[in-house]
Amino acid sequence: MRLAILDSGQSFATKVLFALIRVVSRQPVLDVVKLVKYRADFYGNPMQRVTHEAMRGPSSWSVGNRELMAALVANTNGCDWCTMAHSAVAERAFRDRAKVSAVLSDLETAPIEEPLRATLRTLRKLTREHRLDAADVRALLALGVSREQIEDALAVGFAFNTIARLADAFGFVQPGPRAMEAGAKYLLARGYR
Amino acid sequence: MSDIRQARKALVARILGERGAASPTQRRAAFDNLGLPEPVSRLAEKVAKHAYRITDDDIAAVRIAGFTEDQIFEFVVCAAIGQATRQYEAALAAVEAATGRTGHAPCDPR
Repeated sequence: MRLAILDSGQSFATKVLFALIRVVSRQPVLDVVKLVKYRADFYGNPMQRVTHEAMRGPSSWSVGNRELMAALVANTNGCDWCTMAHSAVAERAFRDRAKVSAVLSDLETAPIEEPLRATLRTLRKLTREHRLDAADVRALLALGVSREQIEDALAVGFAFNTIARLADAFGFVQPGPRAMEAGAKYLLARGYR
Repeated sequence: MSDIRQARKALVARILGERGAASPTQRRAAFDNLGLPEPVSRLAEKVAKHAYRITDDDIAAVRIAGFTEDQIFEFVVCAAIGQATRQYEAALAAVEAATGRTGHAPCDPR
């Protein structure tokens, strides 16, 4: 990572926690965990409250669909680390690896329902162009996506338009597949708290 | 539906609040991606618009200009949340324009 403080500047208690994680999981601590634990009162704690509510709070979007939205927003940002991490969570949630890779490789032909496809398309536009028009929203409403579902998707967009930027700026290092799988299993079981 | 309003307001209030390694004015400038001196402005612009293109040299340049790692950490966090906030608020405004209903007040911690 590009800032040494994220690796070596953690508090003593956090270093002990990381040692415990390494022993119990037999995997290295993921860089995203180092980020949220560093001076957690500044960024990690308040951000995790936002992310947990967006990803695991009440919503008519399933957890898998929200993780798929996260992966697509990360992918649109060009963030390989977050794309891989949240694809892994979505694959676990759906028990379907092919669906996630189909969405990321070609959203228009992926085997998903139209309201979800249109919502993902809208998130991709917001991520690329930094804005939406009323016409974009009306198009979603016409397909039967509710206002609440649109706002829930935008909350996922906020979280991952933040996290993807941080992962790339700080230079998160890609862990091995087993460490990423362990992370995905944890996020599916426990969420973002 | 999920409700991130309070949590998001608290997040923005914290990163722009009094306590930090960089001054509140500097953190606000990073959040707004406006009015920062070089080379911090270049870093904030990259965080906001194409973070995947950030290199070791972008971070090193800010360090060489005399900023500490804690200040750089704060600039990057503020720039990322600032851009995500502008995207999110623009999208909510589009939702309101399409539905004619106000659901969210804009988030301004000042």
